[in-house]
Amino acid sequence: MNVLQASGLGKRYGGTWALRECSLTIPAGHVVALVGPNGAGKSTLLNLAVGLAAPSAGRVTVLGGWPAGSPAALDGIAFVAQDAPLYKNLSAADMLHLTRNLNRRFDQASAEARLVELGIPLKQKAGRLSGGQQTQLALTLALARRPRLLVLDEPMAMLDPLARHDFMATVMTAVADDGVSVLLSSHVIAELERVADYLILMSRGRVQVAGEIEGLLASHRILTGPAAEADKCSQRPVVHVRRALAQAHLLVRATAEDPVPPGWEAHPLGLEELALAYLREPGAAALPGPAHSRNAEPSEVTK
Amino acid sequence: MTIDKGFRPAASPVEFRLDAASGVPTYLQLVHQVEHALRLGYLKPGDQLPKVRDVVASLAINPNTVLKAYRELETKGLTAGRPGQGTFIQATLNQVALPELTALRRSLLRWLTAADAAGLDEDGSVALFTSALRDFHERRVGSRDRGGAQSGETKDVA
Repeated sequence: MNVLQASGLGKRYGGTWALRECSLTIPAGHVVALVGPNGAGKSTLLNLAVGLAAPSAGRVTVLGGWPAGSPAALDGIAFVAQDAPLYKNLSAADMLHLTRNLNRRFDQASAEARLVELGIPLKQKAGRLSGGQQTQLALTLALARRPRLLVLDEPMAMLDPLARHDFMATVMTAVADDGVSVLLSSHVIAELERVADYLILMSRGRVQVAGEIEGLLASHRILTGPAAEADKCSQRPVVHVRRALAQAHLLVRATAEDPVPPGWEAHPLGLEELALAYLREPGAAALPGPAHSRNAEPSEVTK
Repeated sequence: MTIDKGFRPAASPVEFRLDAASGVPTYLQLVHQVEHALRLGYLKPGDQLPKVRDVVASLAINPNTVLKAYRELETKGLTAGRPGQGTFIQATLNQVALPELTALRRSLLRWLTAADAAGLDEDGSVALFTSALRDFHERRVGSRDRGGAQSGETKDVA
């Protein structure tokens, strides 16, 4: 099953396209990092996926083909927007009550147990909770709906390091327990490195890179060698070149098995280095073609 | 960590930690830590590794990373999964008993003291030890024809 499928998807605000020609397939069972600079179109894509905005072009379906925003889609998706939206004057208990009554499915017992575990007093007004507690409350409400897809927009932007860790621990535990798929956006790549196994890189309203992180890292290498030979070295597709007087570093699409040109050294690279290189080369793209598309079997998760 | 409260079955003798700056992939860090714990005797055959859910809750990492590490350990023959229960240690890397380990450590410390007295700094000692270790391995591989060595890692020695 695909948790999200977009074809030719676009969104225009006035005269500007916030998202353009977005075609994308995200298989279930992943923790997907949606990465890109501010204004790349991340929030727009998320808002379209959860049905908070209507496309100006193309279409997007979720959870195996339901149109975004349709009742079936809404039932299976939980969304936590950037600023952990809560009614600040309602108590945590009131927020639980409200959310339970607004949704077809709501696991009251687990939500209450979770808040006790977190030390969030049920009678406390949401607005009086700390930033970390507010985010945890919003997350608890989202998870109590037992979603199949959890969408988080810049979830950790306002959190201190400990609250970030606890927040991600909660999300990852839900992945381990229920096999929920997660789509989360951030412009801080480092904080996603340990949690995400699928990358979508966006810039200037377009999807530039999409795929499983392990596969992406295995299919890219840094070649280091003499700058004079940098142009001759390009039997492999070159993504990005950093060149000094004597030395050049080429980011190429090549695996560890591919031959290294004589006089050159090959190194593996990390997620951040890969992402930065692509962001510096808006013309380059690494998107799965029809030939590459994997069987969409959800990766097994515990039990 | 408040997250851990409530669900802590007194299961495993070890607990994982992560070094973000090491550059070693997360799953490999977990594999190395189990091997290290086996060598030092923290883990013995029959011991249970932390449950995937507990590792995920304490380290805030993707469950698939933990599963990958556990699969790797199983492939190496060090652990076995028991359906519905968890992952358990099956073999051991620790051929040396603890008292002998202590004695070996003491003689190594004596060697380090001598190296220091001879004017060798830390990097020099490491380089010398690593090179001697390589010689040793080469000689051993030369003499026996390739015994069933587990995996020739040298970096877990310290």
